[in-house]
Amino acid sequence: MANQMEDKKVLSGSPRITKVSFLGRVSAVIRQHFQQAFSSFSELWKTPFATLMTIFVLGLALSLPSAFHVLYKNAERVTGQWDGASEISLFLKKDISEPRVQVLINKLALYNDIDSVTYISRHQALEEFKEMSSFSKALNYLDENPLPAVLVVVPTKEAMNSAGSKLLVAKLEREQGIDLVRVDVDWIEKLQAILSLLVDIVIAIAVLLLISVLLIVSNTIRLNILSQRDEIEVLKLVGATNSFIQRPYLYVGAWYGLLGGVIAWLLTFAMVTWLQSGVMSLMGLYQLQFEISLMSFNEVMTLFGVATGLGFVASYVSVKQYLVKIEPK
Amino acid sequence: MILFEEVSKIYAGNHGALKQVDFHLKQGEMAFLTGHSGSGKSTLLKLISLMERPTTGRIVLNGNDISNIKGNDIPYLRRHIGMIFQDHRLLMNRSVLENVGLPLLIEGYSRYEIKRRSLAALEKVGLMGKEDCAPIHLSGGEQQRVGIARAIINQPPLLLADEPTGNLDPKLSLEILSLFESLNEFGMSVLIATHDLGLIAKMRYRTLTLKDGEMINDGLMRERNG
Repeated sequence: MANQMEDKKVLSGSPRITKVSFLGRVSAVIRQHFQQAFSSFSELWKTPFATLMTIFVLGLALSLPSAFHVLYKNAERVTGQWDGASEISLFLKKDISEPRVQVLINKLALYNDIDSVTYISRHQALEEFKEMSSFSKALNYLDENPLPAVLVVVPTKEAMNSAGSKLLVAKLEREQGIDLVRVDVDWIEKLQAILSLLVDIVIAIAVLLLISVLLIVSNTIRLNILSQRDEIEVLKLVGATNSFIQRPYLYVGAWYGLLGGVIAWLLTFAMVTWLQSGVMSLMGLYQLQFEISLMSFNEVMTLFGVATGLGFVASYVSVKQYLVKIEPK
Repeated sequence: MILFEEVSKIYAGNHGALKQVDFHLKQGEMAFLTGHSGSGKSTLLKLISLMERPTTGRIVLNGNDISNIKGNDIPYLRRHIGMIFQDHRLLMNRSVLENVGLPLLIEGYSRYEIKRRSLAALEKVGLMGKEDCAPIHLSGGEQQRVGIARAIINQPPLLLADEPTGNLDPKLSLEILSLFESLNEFGMSVLIATHDLGLIAKMRYRTLTLKDGEMINDGLMRERNG
């Protein structure tokens, strides 16, 4: 009753608008942001089927780039292991004597970037060749052993990368008594070229999918705006600014993006987990230990951030295009 | 409060809705705006509430020339005008309380203050106890009163009503007009557009009469009739 009396007192005086103080307005804007953020979230679930459909479409569109990213990251890890030479074959000159070979082996053992050196004499090389090929009888007819002695050098882990192995090869080529240094990295370079091409393709697909996310959210917000045209007109009539009216739509767009990002993360997790057993079986065949690495915390946060940002930008585009044009009639 | 100086409004197709209209509504004054359909009543109200801009002439509201006001300033100006419509323009997906409190929500009042003042406004229009109802469940007269409560909640100096009794029976119409009278007694300027001459004749207020966009009369209906 006292409050009602107070209202009457204000009305009975000179008609004026009760102004809200500056601090009051600042706290009101913050409060309105929170209220509109949460109310727009609950607004989404007034049409749960449509919302879920939109979110799943967004999740699918975002999951492909994120899954490609995880696969590429793992492929890079694999090729990183094969980046340089795991073995370097040094074909020795035919006229090199055994004592000089021993001197060379001892010298190579002192290299910081060499882990081990294995000597295969001309005789051992011929015997191995006989075992591995079907020319063993034909080889008996040769006057002399055509194969050179070989030193198989295994670089240290630090020197196994591309740059390290190139440096080691250059040093080995300067050694006396070595006829040919052979490193078989061509196939790795080809694999890396294929991966690089795949990355370009994935980036192109990712850009197209992200554009589709923008279009999906933008269109959803456009439909929301058009279906709430009457409400927007009323809000404008009672003095709502465009910022006040557009805020819930921007939050809805951001929520769509964030929820789509969460779906994308779950789908990526499911896809990678599903692939894990297959990859492990494959690696087992090569007697390799490899475990697929999933998305890191930072990557997940980046995915959520990008998804939310895309949703926000898409709804901003729609709001700027449609909402500002609605005027009360 | 409102000053119209040679105001004209010409719509697309060279249709002149208002022609050289002059009038002055003082602060705290209540007046009727009448005329047949298409005479320009709604256009005149739309010009005051900035839903339309004048083609020529000058409109001054509360000392401010609003003829060429910037678009960004319009919402702030509308907060100084209470508007009541024949079709009520309520948000059907919100409760009566939420509808009434909308102008305060926009201005950034706290929830407590919004509720307190909304309930006070609802009591003023005789709708206490209906605050949680959806407008769709109210009668036409009650919906109109919700619209009035929303229009007066932030105590605007000016109240514009466009055919506020258009869909109401005579008894309810008189009740609504009595409500406007009581608001006017508190110092609010009130301009009511209506074509219900019988209703106007029952009340002794200034009447502005429009015909084909021209102001043809400005005076008391009773005096004119008598």
